Order: sequence, then C-alpha cells, then structure tokens
Amino acid sequence: MTNPNPQSGSPDKEPASEAQAAQNALGNTERAEVATEPDRSVAKPGPEPEPRPSLGRLFLDNLWAANTFTVTLLSLVLAIVVGAVLMIISDPDVLSTYSYITSRPSDAINSSWTLVSEAYANLFKGSIFDPEAFSGWLNGANGWQAVLAPISETLTYAAPLVFTGLSVALAFRGGLFNIGAQGQATIGVIMAALAGFLLPLPPGLHLLVAVLAGALGGAIWGFIPGILKARAGAHEVINTIMLNYVATYFLTWLIVQNGVQDPNRTDAISKGVDSSAQLPRLLGDNLRVHAGILLAVLATWAVAWLLNRSTLGFELRAVGANPDAARTAGISVTRTYILIMVFAGILAGLGGSNMVLGSTASALTPLVVAQIGFDGILVALLGRVKPWGVLLAALLFGALQAGGNRMQSYSGISLELVTVLQALIVIFIAAPALVKAIFQLRAARAARLQTSLAKGW
Amino acid sequence: MSTMAVPDIAVAPVDEGFWTRSRKVGLTLLALGLLSAVLFGALATDQQARFTLSDDAAGAALEINGTIGAILFGIITIAAGAALLAGVPKRWFLPVLGVGLVAFVLSFLCWQVSAAPTGQNFMPLVNIIRGTFILALPLIFGALAGVLCERSGVVNVAIEGQLLMGAFSGALFGSISGSVWVGLVAAAIGGAFISLLLAVFAIRYLVDQVVMGIVLNLLAVGVTGFLYERLMQTDAAKYNSAPRFSNWEIPLLKDIPVLGPALFRGNIFLYLGLLLVLVIHIGLFRTRWGLRTRSVGEHPIAADTLGVKVLRVRYRNVLLAGVVAGIGGASYTLALYSFTKNMIGGKGFIALAALIFGRWNPTGALLAALFFGFADQLATYLGAINSVIPSQFLAMLPYLATILAVAGLVGRVRAPAADGKPYIKG
Repeated sequence: MTNPNPQSGSPDKEPASEAQAAQNALGNTERAEVATEPDRSVAKPGPEPEPRPSLGRLFLDNLWAANTFTVTLLSLVLAIVVGAVLMIISDPDVLSTYSYITSRPSDAINSSWTLVSEAYANLFKGSIFDPEAFSGWLNGANGWQAVLAPISETLTYAAPLVFTGLSVALAFRGGLFNIGAQGQATIGVIMAALAGFLLPLPPGLHLLVAVLAGALGGAIWGFIPGILKARAGAHEVINTIMLNYVATYFLTWLIVQNGVQDPNRTDAISKGVDSSAQLPRLLGDNLRVHAGILLAVLATWAVAWLLNRSTLGFELRAVGANPDAARTAGISVTRTYILIMVFAGILAGLGGSNMVLGSTASALTPLVVAQIGFDGILVALLGRVKPWGVLLAALLFGALQAGGNRMQSYSGISLELVTVLQALIVIFIAAPALVKAIFQLRAARAARLQTSLAKGW
Repeated sequence: MSTMAVPDIAVAPVDEGFWTRSRKVGLTLLALGLLSAVLFGALATDQQARFTLSDDAAGAALEINGTIGAILFGIITIAAGAALLAGVPKRWFLPVLGVGLVAFVLSFLCWQVSAAPTGQNFMPLVNIIRGTFILALPLIFGALAGVLCERSGVVNVAIEGQLLMGAFSGALFGSISGSVWVGLVAAAIGGAFISLLLAVFAIRYLVDQVVMGIVLNLLAVGVTGFLYERLMQTDAAKYNSAPRFSNWEIPLLKDIPVLGPALFRGNIFLYLGLLLVLVIHIGLFRTRWGLRTRSVGEHPIAADTLGVKVLRVRYRNVLLAGVVAGIGGASYTLALYSFTKNMIGGKGFIALAALIFGRWNPTGALLAALFFGFADQLATYLGAINSVIPSQFLAMLPYLATILAVAGLVGRVRAPAADGKPYIKG
C-alpha cells in the first residue's frame, strides 16, 4: 500500500534520479574520464574556459546532449546496426567470408556491405522514395502513381497504428497501462465488419455507421477493464491481457458462423464489406492510401485537444500524476478511470475499423487485426505518449512495415527483421541512460520516457 | 492490486452482513447446479456414458446412464451450493466448493459423452490425463518462471518471449550438435538471455517492467522468426531437426492403473516440471534463499536493512526464471515438434494467468496450469466427438477465470507488495 518511492508514480520523472542513473551507467564503462566532465548543470560547451561559445558550437552541444530527439535518433541508429549484424550472421555465404578475414578482410567487408546496404536501400525505396520510379516517370516508362506508391504504402500501414498508439498513450497519461488495444481493435474490427456487410444502408451513412460501430466495439472492450479497475481494484494490465485473448477466440468463432462466413468459401473468412461502407481511396484505385489517414490526423488533433485543453483531460492528467492528490482536489478517480479506458477503447476500435474498412482487408479473417494493438504500445512509447509524437512514431513504423515488404521481396530479408528493429528502437529509447553511455552524450533533462509507472500489479 | 490505495474504490469488505463471499459463491454454485441438472439432464441421452480406464474404448470403464448422471451430479452441485449458502465453517469452504465444481464438470461430461455420435460414447481417461499434463507443461514451466521473478519483485510479462527463445535455441543447437543435452542447455541459456535483458533494463536502467516485458516478447518473436526464415526454412535438415528425448518409464509407478500409463511413461520434461514445482515450493517457503527472495519481493527496504543484497537477489532470480522458462520452451522442440514461427502462440500469457490464478504460489500455479491444460484437452476431445460446444469458448476459459479471480469474485489474489517497483538504494 505504502509506496516507498512516492515520486515514482508520477509520469514526470524527476531529473535527479535520471542524472544519477546516467552517472551510474557511465561509471561502469571504461571511459571514466567522462565522470570528470565539468558541472553538467551549466551549459558550458566543454573543458575550455571560453565565456561565450559560438552559436554553431552551442548548437552542436545541444545536439549531442541527451534530449529526446537525439536519443530517438541514436536509438534508431543502434537498432539499424543490430539489424545489420543479424542479417550478416544469418547469411551463410557472407558468414563464410569471415573465416578468412585475417588474410583477406576486403571480402568480408565488401560482401557484408553489399548485403546490408542493399537491404536497407530497399527498405528506403519501399517506404519513402524510389529513384528508379522517379526517373521512369520522367522518361515516361511509368505513371506518377509509381512515384507515390511507397508513400501511399507507408500511410496505409501508419493509419491504424496512429489510433492504437493514441489509445495506449491516452491511457498512459491517465496512469493506466492499456495492453488491451489489441483486443479492443479486434472487437472494433468485428463490429465494423458486421455493420459493413449486414446493414443495407446508403453510401456515406453506411460508412459512418460502420466506423462508429467499430468505435462502439472498442468502447465496450475498454469499459470492462475500466469498471473492474474502478470498482474492484483489479489491475488493468492483467485484465486487458486476458481480454485480448478472449476477443481473439471470439473472432475465430464468429467467422465460421452462418450469416457471417462467406458462403462460397470453406476456410475461415467472412463476407466482404459492402463498397458503400469502405473508406474512399485518396489517390485513385491503384494506390492503397485511404481516408483512414485523414481520420487519424483528426483523431490526433482531437486527443491533443482533449488532453491539453479540456476539463476531462486535466482530470485525466491529474489522476495519472497522483490519484490521491486528484481525489483530494475533488476529482472522481473511479469515473476518470472508466472514462480513460472507454476513450482508449474507442480509439483502438477506430484502429480496428481502419483494418477492415480501408484497403488492408475487406473481410474478417483470424489475422485481420494483425499486430496493431501490440505495435500501438511501441508507437505510444516511441512517441513519448504525446499525441503528435504518436503520429510521427506511427509514420515511422508504417514506413518500416512498408519498406520491410519490399526488403522481403527484393533482398530476401525476412519481414520479421522489421519487428526486431521496432522492438530494439523502443528498448533503446526506454533506457536513455544506456544510449547516453554508449554515445557519451552530455546529460540533459527530459530525455526520459514519461511512462515509468512502476506500480506493479 | 495493492498499489491503488483508493478509498473511493469499493474494495469488497471482509464481511458485509448476510451476503458474505462464501454465500455469494454458494448462490452462484446453486445456480450452476440447477443449470446442469435441468439443462444438461434434458439434453443428455439415455446412452451409457463410459469413462474408460485406457487409451481407447477397450478395457474396464466407469459407466453411468447419461441422463441420470447429468442430473445426479447436478444435484450434488446444488447440494454443495446450498451448503455454502446455509453457511459452513470456514475450513470447509474450499473442499465444498471443489466438490461442487467437480460435480458440475462431471454433469457436463455425462451430457457430452452420452450425446456423442453412436459408438463414441466413451471418454478415454488415460488419454485425457496425459493430454492435460502435456498441454499444461509449458504453462507449469512458464508460471514457475513467473513465481521466481515476481516473488523477488520483478514483474515478468516476458514469459512468452523466454519460452519462445528457449524453444528456438533448443531446436537450433540441438540440431547442430545432434545432442538433446546440448539442446537442453542451449534452451536454458536462450531463456536466460531474454531474462538477462529484462533484468538489466528493469533493475539497472529502471525501465518500466511491464513495458520491458511486452517489448521483449516482440523482440523474441522477431529474432526467432527472422532466424527461422533465414536458417531453418532454408536448411531444415541442418538447423531444425533436433533429436528428441525418448520416453522414460518409471519402474513400479508405471503400473499404477490409469495414472501409470498417463503420467509415468512420459518424457524428462514432465518429471522435471513436477520436480521443479516441489523444489521451488520447498525452496521458497523453507529455505534461507526463499525467505530472502520473499522479503525482497515484499519489502526491499527492510531486507536491505538486514543486509540482504536486494539487487543481487533480483538478478539471480530473474536469470533463474529464464533458465526454467527456457527449459519449458525446450519441452516443445526437444520432445514434441520441430520449431515453427511463433510456436508458443500465447502460452506464455496463459502461464501468466496461471501464475496469477495460482496466487503467486508454485503449487497454486501447478493446479491452475493443470486446470487450464484440462480445458485445452477437453476442447480437443469435444471437437473430436462433434460437440455443440464451440472449442473457442473452452479456450477462453483460462482468461475468463483469471479475470474473475483478479476482480475478487472467487477470492482475492494479492501480488507481492514490491512486485514491479524498482529498488533504488539510497
């Protein structure tokens, strides 16, 4: 009951322990000279006693301080390096050149470089920009769609992740860990799809109803752990994990029921969603990007407004920072907990709607939700549980996914590498002290994740 | 659970007048009994429901008329519920509840077995018990890994990843070396590797432990999936054909009827799992190591004051948990199947459920794991006799049971007090 470390419940970690942790980490590395660095709290550029450092110098120093941006970027670099190592050790041909590395190091280096650079080049071409498609467009070999195709893919994959990321981030800000975005998205996908092929409605209205049905499904699945937390004190982490699986089994059962299963198929697939309930495509039928990404931006704006401008958002942050203080101030903690989980559920449910009403799929299958709920956790962490940060993080993850597809088909590097990269990025940003130690960054405040709930079960 | 000391949250009081917890449970049991006596009794047929004491239809069997059995066991459930409702001494609560629930399951089985297609009105008990234990095995290892971690105050959501990494490295190194024992050691190291990451990031870098667990699960899925596609799929003969442990028959014990063939002709993992439950239970509650582990998990400051090295105990236990879970993963690849992508498929989370349902207690975790394994095996059996009960709903059972347990509907569960809280000496 009594928390020995009362500050640790606050989402805003005190920078003191942060600096201390960093110092501990530094102390254990061989480069002990960093510990002798002059007083870190003063923005002095380095050992030279120059009173007014130049602007450029100041900029470089700040760049190399452990701020959010630098840590994120370096985490990305570290993840890419580990990914490259994995590629090399899993390729027998390249690995064999390492057996004679002492006699001919160029072989090992060249073959490794070819393998890794080609894979990452494909990752880039598949997600952002493909120079060949661009030159093809210039000399008329292909249309403009091919130039925009990588971006279109990235946005398509990013849209549902924005929703699930926002869902997790919103709950985090209220002091709850919503691992259940997966389950909420699953129920959302079910409701959206059912509304999509069971209701005979005119275009426009049908789409609206289907999207809202998805939100309703997510809300129901978020309400359950919310009320259990508020009324019985049951930990939301346990309940959301369990509800994820309940939702998955419910989906696999529902698909093969009469009236849901596609009558022309024997495998587990439902009827297709009516075209009147599908999100319109933005750039013609050849590119997959659909209106879901616009909804995602809208949702990001709405969540940002909710968190920073509304009364509920204030209550939510207050409860997240310190429930006892919030109650003393007259905020109903139970009501806030339930609302947080319902809103988180709505967002995740919208993410689910995106999966079946967009261009990723148009019918229910056991794997229709993919991993968007779990990826949403990573997205929320990478976005530092801030709405616009989540949007950017989702774009990065969407790009990795889109590029990973091309990497798989062109370089033969398994798509699973993308999962590894995503997990590694988040591991590194979750432990900024480690990144600081590796790159010898100057310590700066506010580089820590705001999500150290440290509340246990 | 204990963390939110929220007065305006209605925590169920110990005694609230007439409707004590025992009476509420009794009422629920009574309703279940009525349901089984009326509904199952009506749906059951007059076929004999045979519970054979062998692997198949042959041999001796316990027989009962389907309708009579369903109603009879339903009435026993009603009686147990009524007894609880009337009020029984506290020490009788669990036994009476147990009898009621077992009778409910038997009533259900009488209905199902008697309503099976003609010629299939039998349930091979040896088969069911063996299957229950085989399906429960990864859960037992996983839940024990959870016990080791969480009793010392580190939340272990990475069980799934530890099992998966154990299964993978067991298969990989077992195949390369051609030796089951090398595979077993490699599996233990594989599980410990994930544990090491969890320990370093949670204990040293103070990363939120649940966050870390989730991320490590994804990392394990990614790394094993990636290496599986790169190595095992391209050259399965070299990288994914691990030798398997053969079954060991235990003299004397193997001749016990039903239990002998079901349990004592199994492989090393079954014996190891059961042995580990015993060892960890005794270790946790009877040895100096156990006392220290529990004190670190409940009140690290007090433990530190008394000279226990809190962080060292946590590191050691988390690594040990990885070893146990890694071996649990090997119980797949070194005994049953060859490795496939994401082959653990959520078992790690059921193990987490078993840990919580078993109240952070090795024996409780074993019972919970067996219950979940039984539900799993029952789903397979009911599928084979074309039952009307969808297997997916039986598969949901462990998760629903855990939600009920955590919500305090079947007794409160309480985690170690310092579970999930990083310890900063100072």
